[in-house]
Amino acid sequence: MANPLFRKHILSIPDFTRAELELIVDTAARLKAQPRDDLLKGRLIASCFFEPSTRTRLSFETAIQRLGGRVIGFDNASNTSTKKGETLSDSIRIISSYADAIVMRHHKEGAARLASEFSEVPVINGGDGANQHPSQTLLDLFTIRETQGTLEGLTLAFVGDLKYGRTVHSLAQALSLFGCRFYFVGPEALAMPDYICETLDSRGISYTLAETIEEVLPEIDILYMTRVQKERFDEADYQKIQGRFVLREDMLRGARDNMKILHPLPRVDEIETAVDASGHAYYFEQAKNGVFARQALLSLVLNETV
Amino acid sequence: MTLTRTVEGLKNGTVIDHIPAGQGLRILRLFKLAELGERVNVGFNLTSRHMGVKDLIKVENVELTEAQANELALFAPRATVNVIRDSEVAKKHKLAMPATIEGIFACPNSNCISHVEPVDSFFYVTPQGNDVKLKCKYCEKGFSKDIVTAVE
Repeated sequence: MANPLFRKHILSIPDFTRAELELIVDTAARLKAQPRDDLLKGRLIASCFFEPSTRTRLSFETAIQRLGGRVIGFDNASNTSTKKGETLSDSIRIISSYADAIVMRHHKEGAARLASEFSEVPVINGGDGANQHPSQTLLDLFTIRETQGTLEGLTLAFVGDLKYGRTVHSLAQALSLFGCRFYFVGPEALAMPDYICETLDSRGISYTLAETIEEVLPEIDILYMTRVQKERFDEADYQKIQGRFVLREDMLRGARDNMKILHPLPRVDEIETAVDASGHAYYFEQAKNGVFARQALLSLVLNETV
Repeated sequence: MTLTRTVEGLKNGTVIDHIPAGQGLRILRLFKLAELGERVNVGFNLTSRHMGVKDLIKVENVELTEAQANELALFAPRATVNVIRDSEVAKKHKLAMPATIEGIFACPNSNCISHVEPVDSFFYVTPQGNDVKLKCKYCEKGFSKDIVTAVE
């Protein structure tokens, strides 16, 4: 029987069932433990980055090539017919007649879903503006499962920019299917949006607002750090919050042994470099896991069985 | 069933009655009823036994379909929509909140792809208490019905 993601578009985390998320995480774990170089053999994938993104693009292209597939595409819309005024829908119609799947990033929100309506082949969303970045969430889920052995019933703290950070929005939505509980730690001006809180409420998920990292640290399994963007505050307001959302090595004394620190990267100054050597730091392994999560996605979308 | 109530002044067309006062102009604009090239009569703040005051719209020679009538339910859930033929009520639409609304409202998110591509806008309608929320299929953002505008 074909897996449920075969020939499906990968557009947005709320589209997934819990079983589908588990299938992707299981597949990523298998591919990390036992690498395969044949799952995309003979397949040609279009990597269409209408907006530049070095890590996501390289991660996808690495995943494709390590599975034995080949890549065509571009990393900047300024070298494409978009520059001449071609619509995205026309570009996608044409590209989908060349390739077996399309991985795309676009600055407009909803671009991937729109592309899926014009594509003959599966579209995989590599980020559409501030909307969705499902492969980041899938690598986060895979990393959390890898470090904790389960996704069920964990306690996580999301720290920093919870308002604009699409990674924390999608991850909270995904983990709400697994009965996790959350602490939201960040400045009031960058609080978690209402629609995410409403989703959590509707699923009976518990979340608590907290002032500082220290107060939640003894309670949590995962500390998910994001950058507080200085440019969103005036200097006086920024001075008031500066330091409250920066992770220092000395703060980790109260952490559980199993606690791991994640960050979607790039990091600026919200995690001191001294933390990198701690046994709790897991953000670089998390970035590496992006390749396995993307291998899992591509394999499942393009093969009936994996 | 034969419906016989005569509607004065309209031989053929549609009468949208019992619109909450203040919503008539919004409905006129959003659904572009004045742009159909037909005569439109509107009444604002008319006396109503049940509502106190109400708005009313009559459009000549245009028969709203059930789906179109349902789209009005977003702004006028208790409106009555009567299709008139030969000065008689030929059909009464009973309004039901639609599950989706396509091609009527523009997405309020200026960065939504629906503004720059050749597709109709598309919203999922979700009841929320006494109100409804519209969620754009493309950018996935949720909006109050009060901030959507007509598609240009």
